[in-house]
Amino acid sequence: MSKLTLQTEGDTHIVVTRRFAAPPKAVYRAHTDPEQIQKWLLGPEGWTMPLCISEAKPGGKFRYEWINGKGQGFYITGEYLELQPFNRIVHVERMYLPDPTPDNHVETMFDADGEGTLMTIRMTLPDAQTRAAMLATGMERGMEASYVRLEGMI
Amino acid sequence: MQNGLNLDAAFSALADPTRRAILARLATGEATVMELATPFEMTQPAISQHLKVLEDAGLVTSRVDGTKRPRRLVKPGIEAIDQWLEMLRKALETNYERLDAVLASMKKPRKEGGQKA
Repeated sequence: MSKLTLQTEGDTHIVVTRRFAAPPKAVYRAHTDPEQIQKWLLGPEGWTMPLCISEAKPGGKFRYEWINGKGQGFYITGEYLELQPFNRIVHVERMYLPDPTPDNHVETMFDADGEGTLMTIRMTLPDAQTRAAMLATGMERGMEASYVRLEGMI
Repeated sequence: MQNGLNLDAAFSALADPTRRAILARLATGEATVMELATPFEMTQPAISQHLKVLEDAGLVTSRVDGTKRPRRLVKPGIEAIDQWLEMLRKALETNYERLDAVLASMKKPRKEGGQKA
């Protein structure tokens, strides 16, 4: 049983949901406070995030850089558009692989769910082709090692 | 990648609502172009065009039956997409399990006397 869902919606959306055993305030902070982001937004084992900038205010920028200690790395940049503590974040982001991917517009909601939180991430890509490319090639790029590891576990 | 399945092409193919509807129809069994065209108010050439995209993506195949060429789903192709999405889910889940641990550690900044049963 997985707590996470990942679904496509319409032609250009991807919707991810996940429940957490912590209130929305804590989950929201874990998504905006750089010190906390660096602890978990890491992808597979062996990857670290040496640089994490997150200016959590409307118009603020963020930049996350990952490396795997074997000479591989990539980064994401983005801008915060709207922040409603501790309920909603709207931002745009793009991944550099090394060329930038088309902007991904992301709305993240943190709704109280009992004593925990239901998080809903709704991504909007510019068009169906971009979403297709993201699902097929882009989204997992930084997670390739993870797949190898997961395949080993299956 | 086996059987000519191309995930990029497969997701592109799935981006179109008519093609998703064709796949849904084929999930119930084989159908000819004429049978597929009927509910869509589309011409047979238009449906054939969509079928070509689905065939190129490795999601649909055809066989020859006299003068007909009924189409059917390529099960491994459909399953490969499911598996791919499942891998993405698992990769995301790795991060969120880590976040679970971060959240749990924040819950007890002070010593907690006792856990509620």
